[in-house]
Amino acid sequence: MTMNVFMFYLLSFIILTFSVLTITSRKMLRATIYLLFVLVATSGLYFLLNYQFLAAVQLTLYAGGIVVLIIFSILLTSHISQRFKKPEPWKLWMGIIAFIVGSVLVSWTLLSHNFIKNPGMKSTPVDMHLIGNQLLGLGKNGYVLSFEVISILLLAAMITAIVIAKKEKNQKSDTL
Amino acid sequence: MIQGISIYHFLIVSTLMFFIGIAGFIIRQNLITILLSVELILNSVVINFLVFNRYLYPDQLQGHFFALFIIGVAAAEASVAIALIINIYRRIHNIESDNVNEMKY
Repeated sequence: MTMNVFMFYLLSFIILTFSVLTITSRKMLRATIYLLFVLVATSGLYFLLNYQFLAAVQLTLYAGGIVVLIIFSILLTSHISQRFKKPEPWKLWMGIIAFIVGSVLVSWTLLSHNFIKNPGMKSTPVDMHLIGNQLLGLGKNGYVLSFEVISILLLAAMITAIVIAKKEKNQKSDTL
Repeated sequence: MIQGISIYHFLIVSTLMFFIGIAGFIIRQNLITILLSVELILNSVVINFLVFNRYLYPDQLQGHFFALFIIGVAAAEASVAIALIINIYRRIHNIESDNVNEMKY
């Protein structure tokens, strides 16, 4: 067993175990930390696939940004020591049935399909110059339109978040 | 192409992760934990994009850029969702999804 294969199985084991723990843990802060482990192991998979830039983005944006944001909002909205009630049985069974039926169906479809790689393609190394040129490129393989659209989306999301979470002046008495 | 690991291994892992996220979306009752399940789903989709890019079309970077934009959209979605959750908490003082069954409070 080479190191590649060993790392792949280790990372997949971490991802699946902590995904299950994320949705079953009855303390909210712990569930968030398990999600953090899942995200870090996922970025390990990206390193394994040789996408170093995307792995760095995953580490900084997800693990550094979103998880911190979620922890912040947990501390604002609930007690840390609070434990969840057990879920209602019908919801639990619906979730388990959805998991089993969905994953069996999709895995069966995947395994019965034969993925064929076009043999003429050479794999290009992913370096920062190529990523930057294509991300801001106008011609073939250029993504400048989606880049601009997503910058407007982020601006809109920022303004929306500020407007929604702002305290209104006349309801100051019954807040928090 | 990675030595010794076929495309099916990656796809099975991301499939299981996706449906764990779906199950969590159904089982959980707290709004923030539902948001965690959505993050799991988005991550599994990003793995799929990258694996198809690397194994089937390695001469281009389409899946890579799609993954980059998904991560950006996920950040926007998380920030708006958390603003909404904080606003709901101010109004009804808890964030269980059973108590949020009306649009207008």
